[in-house]
Amino acid sequence: MKKLILTSALGAAAVAFAGSAAFAATLDDVKAKGFVQCGVSQGLPGFSNPDADGNWSGLDVDLCRGVAAAIFGDGEAVKFTPLSAKERFTALQSGEIDVLSRNTTWTMSRDTQLGLNFAGVNYYDGQGFMVRTSMNINSALELSGASVCTNTGTTTELNVADYFRANNMEYELVAFEKADEVVAAYDAGRCDVYTTDQSGLYAQRLKLTDPGEHKVLPEIISKEPLGPVVRQGDDQWFNLVKWVHIATVNAEELGVTQANVDEMMAGDNPSVKRLLGSEGEFGSAIGLENDWGANVIKAVGNYGEIFDRNVGPDTPLGIARGVNALWSKGGLMYGPPIR
Amino acid sequence: MAVTDVTPNGAGGDDDQAPRVALLNNPEIRGWIFQIVLAILIVYLVYAGWSNMNANLQAAGIASGWAFLGNNAGFAISQSLIEYSQASSSYGRVYVIGLLNTLIIAFFGIIFATIIGFLMGVARLSKNWLVSRLATVYVEALRNIPLLLQIFIWYFGVLRLLPQPRQGFDFGFLGLLNNRGYFAPKPVWGDGAEFTLYAFIIACIAAWALGRWARARQMATGQTFPAFWTGFGMIVFLPLAVFVITGSPLSWDIPVMGGFRPSGGMTVIPEFIAMLVALAMYTAAFIAEIVRAGILAVSRGQTEAANALGLRSGPTLRLVVIPQALRIIIPPLTSQYLNLTKNSSLAVAIAYPELTSVFAGTALNQTGQAVEIISLTMLTYLTISLLTSLFMNWYNSRVALVER
Repeated sequence: MKKLILTSALGAAAVAFAGSAAFAATLDDVKAKGFVQCGVSQGLPGFSNPDADGNWSGLDVDLCRGVAAAIFGDGEAVKFTPLSAKERFTALQSGEIDVLSRNTTWTMSRDTQLGLNFAGVNYYDGQGFMVRTSMNINSALELSGASVCTNTGTTTELNVADYFRANNMEYELVAFEKADEVVAAYDAGRCDVYTTDQSGLYAQRLKLTDPGEHKVLPEIISKEPLGPVVRQGDDQWFNLVKWVHIATVNAEELGVTQANVDEMMAGDNPSVKRLLGSEGEFGSAIGLENDWGANVIKAVGNYGEIFDRNVGPDTPLGIARGVNALWSKGGLMYGPPIR
Repeated sequence: MAVTDVTPNGAGGDDDQAPRVALLNNPEIRGWIFQIVLAILIVYLVYAGWSNMNANLQAAGIASGWAFLGNNAGFAISQSLIEYSQASSSYGRVYVIGLLNTLIIAFFGIIFATIIGFLMGVARLSKNWLVSRLATVYVEALRNIPLLLQIFIWYFGVLRLLPQPRQGFDFGFLGLLNNRGYFAPKPVWGDGAEFTLYAFIIACIAAWALGRWARARQMATGQTFPAFWTGFGMIVFLPLAVFVITGSPLSWDIPVMGGFRPSGGMTVIPEFIAMLVALAMYTAAFIAEIVRAGILAVSRGQTEAANALGLRSGPTLRLVVIPQALRIIIPPLTSQYLNLTKNSSLAVAIAYPELTSVFAGTALNQTGQAVEIISLTMLTYLTISLLTSLFMNWYNSRVALVER
């Protein structure tokens, strides 16, 4: 009998203490498993979207590929986890993914109350409205009484509430869990208005039966700085993700492109040399090789290239650089110096 | 520890029985020890899990607690049975609205599923070839297609079938129908309307008393009394008379077409319609099979015996077959009701604002209080299910065979 009691007590203790370890260094885990687990959307053209063969592409996807390239020198060492708006933070908090790169708006409550950190902004967005051209509406202020379709679990829901309240307008909110159902319901005429981040509107418009019959209204009703998110309390990983994005912005400013990386590495500009690792010891500070920057640019290109390839004017989305241009060209993209 | 304390107590207190066996070999004491060890183990596991979770939440810097329930929610909800304003209503109120929306879909779903299910179950046993085959097709098709797909089919089917608001159907006094929903006239009660309500309640009580009296008299004397029709007449005409006497204190708020959609009246949103149809039709397919099984389980001899006693087919079904069939039907029927209630959480897919959608969805996302919100939601579903189950068990014990 004593044996039995002892065994049960030991068993209980073993169960209780297992799994109480806090989140260890993410970088070590990632290096050990050999790939980065990246949380993305369930399909948003231009940002994170799988093609017919299951290959992901987009602005947010390229950020993950950049992180993988910085660590492994290989932009393909990434696995993607498609997440709904609702699931995304829990997936990151629980350690299911290493980095969340899923058109996620940086807000104070998300940054301070969820145990998460936003590692910069890789796309400055704002919430907009899309309506049918046939409705002859030219401004969001004419939308009083409209039915509005959107996603649950997004800042969108709150912004639209604020906007209609501030302008003393009535509306009916129809909130779906998945973006595909929002598009289908809007397409079927359930709603007069589809609202989400403006980039999202351009992207989702491509999925409608007749994209030409819908237009995006000029009003931007909110600030939506979208960026990658990591768990709080792992500063090394936080720094790594942050500087991968900064490296792409600085590369554009310095004229480093995917094509001319090797050439620039051998050049004379000290800023470029520090970025690409041919001078200084910047890699070791974030647990990487010194040529991490060169690997990032080789894998995904500079920020301008990433933007143009995924959402720029020559893509089906056709979004202009606007506020996402470099600071030197009147935009908001400004990379702190590597030195 | 606690375990060793118990052993001498358990042994010492008992009266001395003849053969002295080693304490641990006494089956009763041994049984108790196992029970206590198990209980302590379970309590400890729960405690360890709980403190572990709290430690992890703290370590990860995630805020916890229930204070968020009082915070302003600030988002809109498309259907609420109680007052809700996005300007001032709290997350606590969002919870109540979600709960009410779940309950109302479950309530109507259960009623419709039961009616359709009974009809289909009886129809499957019909001697009419076409009727029974149609019922078979219904059952086999609906219970073998995943519910989520059916919900989508009904939802997008409903949306595509109904016209845009401007081209919508206008039934005049009966309201408007378009793809924004069904806009029904809303009754606005005036002064003195409460007397009609009182009259209705009194009539209901009187009808119930009449039924009891008629039954007692039939038991005692064998004389029958048309209690059903008399009671029905009382329930209809007494309130109606009071209503007319008090000067018809009722007006209607009839919806009119506005800029984008009709305003005024009561709105039944398309999500509710689609969800109700999908849930009722799906669950009815299972109920039909349960009903069929219940009726088939009553032996043919029962009907023959009733016929031999001179009962006509109506009373035979009502007094002999159905009471016996109900005993078999009720327990599995309870499971179906519980399934229907829990399946209503699938409504999150089509934007019907029930508990899982607005509370475990939107509110969870806005506040990030996953542990609190998910536990509260689980506890709520558990409570609803247990209450339903409790009621059905009570009903079952009433209709169950009383062995003499």
